[in-house]
Amino acid sequence: MMVKVSGMLRSSINYKFMEDVIVVRDLTKRFGHFVAVDNISFNVKKGEIFGFLGANGAGKTTAMRILCGLSRPTSGEASVGGFDIRHESEKIKKNIGYMSQKFSLYQDLKVWENIKLFAGIYGMKRNEIASKTDILLKELGFEKEKNTLVKDLPLGWKQKLAFSVAIFHNPKIVFLDEPTGGVDPITRRQFWEMIYNASQKGITVFVTTHYMDEAEYCDRISIMVDGRIEAMSSPKELKREYNAESIDEVFTLLATKSTRKEI
Amino acid sequence: MLGYLIEKEFKQIKRDWILPKLILIFPFIALILLPYAANFDIKDIRVVVVDNDKSSYSNQILNKLRANTSININYIEDTYAKAMDLIQEDRADMIINIPSGFEKDYIVNKNSKLLIAVNTVNGMKGSISAMYAQNIISDFSLEKNSSIQVINSPSMEIQPLYAFNKTLNYKFFMVPALMVMILTLICGFLPAFNIVGEKEKGNMEQINVSPITKPVFILSKLIPYWIIGAIVISIGFLVAWLFYGITPQGSIFTVYIFSFIFTLAISGLGLVLSNYAQTYQQAVFMMFFFIMILILMSGLYTPFNSMPPWAQAIGSFSPLKYFIDVMRCVYLKGSNIVELLPQLYALLGFVVVVNTWAILSYRKKN
Repeated sequence: MMVKVSGMLRSSINYKFMEDVIVVRDLTKRFGHFVAVDNISFNVKKGEIFGFLGANGAGKTTAMRILCGLSRPTSGEASVGGFDIRHESEKIKKNIGYMSQKFSLYQDLKVWENIKLFAGIYGMKRNEIASKTDILLKELGFEKEKNTLVKDLPLGWKQKLAFSVAIFHNPKIVFLDEPTGGVDPITRRQFWEMIYNASQKGITVFVTTHYMDEAEYCDRISIMVDGRIEAMSSPKELKREYNAESIDEVFTLLATKSTRKEI
Repeated sequence: MLGYLIEKEFKQIKRDWILPKLILIFPFIALILLPYAANFDIKDIRVVVVDNDKSSYSNQILNKLRANTSININYIEDTYAKAMDLIQEDRADMIINIPSGFEKDYIVNKNSKLLIAVNTVNGMKGSISAMYAQNIISDFSLEKNSSIQVINSPSMEIQPLYAFNKTLNYKFFMVPALMVMILTLICGFLPAFNIVGEKEKGNMEQINVSPITKPVFILSKLIPYWIIGAIVISIGFLVAWLFYGITPQGSIFTVYIFSFIFTLAISGLGLVLSNYAQTYQQAVFMMFFFIMILILMSGLYTPFNSMPPWAQAIGSFSPLKYFIDVMRCVYLKGSNIVELLPQLYALLGFVVVVNTWAILSYRKKN
């Protein structure tokens, strides 16, 4: 069974002396005249749950795709897991997990087949895959769904599976792009328990979200507006700084400054 | 890593509701139907005879014509004008006009004239019909050891030598080439839709963010179609043998070796297009464009050598041209691999160029 860890408890952990696994300096991405990511800088520490917040079109996904080696930056530097994003993106890919906004497992493969395929791609051994798959399915309560085609799973289950596959090979960092979009509150809660578990194992979690209650669960959050990072701190600090009751309030305060239309 | 990916491709193909059926049924249907559509044997040529001589010689010619299975003498008219009316009304295809004094000229001058007029609305049928009639008449004149001048027909002397396909059966010519076309359609189109399909479904993102190397990815797409190609061509061999009694004069291994190489070339082309296409629609359209040109320029339906030089130059960039050559040579002439080395090198060249291109044009990052 999973253990529920409260957000308050986690915030008390001191990350100051831990190593940085993501270092971003002056990162910019332009599409023609449009500046999607505008000169952002930040660090993420090992084991941290880093929330990447912003309205639609704020540039969250673009920034995340650059860090994952899916997109080239126009200018600026960044390293992920100690590797440079410009020249060592294939090395980065060995060390990260990624869950995209659009569900991207193979719908016409069974649950276990998807796990096996991606584990195989990351170089895991066959017997290791088999034993770990059984453990995972048990943890998820998916034993009966082992042979179900992924397209027949409900959305919440799909998202849980996608996350499990993203961390199956035990990456240093996992990138989650709006992992709980369209998911019911109970499943969202369970999803965050899974995120906490992963974090406990030392996996750094980089997550974008629209749900401000979820932002409260993060160790640190950054709020992006029009491609720039407008605020970055622990949820507690931010609330104090902006004299707000909740992150929702802080977000509304910052996001209304946006001049950019939704894309 | 490659093993897992190939396993995945086969599972996906197997689970597709239509693909496995299509892969198995398509070669059957195509090989059973298409040879009839591509049949250039001309039968039932409707002839109208205008016999102004009414001599024993003219009679002998008519009898010779009647003896030919492709030619039916449907009408005998008094005047050329009446015969022409029949052509106009599309009740006849050819007029054979024997002028009066035909026999006399023949005996006295050892030279007489005869007119063949052919309806060439369908040029192909017309010229072949004229050739048939002309052959019959030259036969006759050879027997009589003198010359008949056939007017209004190609001026050169035609002496066809039907080597290697003595029965002049077009199926022997078309079936091996149609196998190439079927292989092209299945092993060219399916890979073309494969990568772009994963792009549209969003799976590509998950693959691109993984440490998969480009050559491994392309190989994982190539190998399944290579195996499917082997199955398709085997079905082709079987149908050719069972339905038409056509078996290669040469070695079946030669044909297999070439079909393996050819499949890699045409699947590679599909993958290149799939890399460039952003949507299914684009992939379908691009592939259709290329396949149509490749097929029509390859000499499948029309003799390659009768195309103008510039067209031949374009056609020589079609891998189909080489494989069709090989199939016809092995099936009809029994050529061996040593005689087919130029085609082998050409096809290997395509494999290397196209697949290198496929690897380079696959972008994990944009």
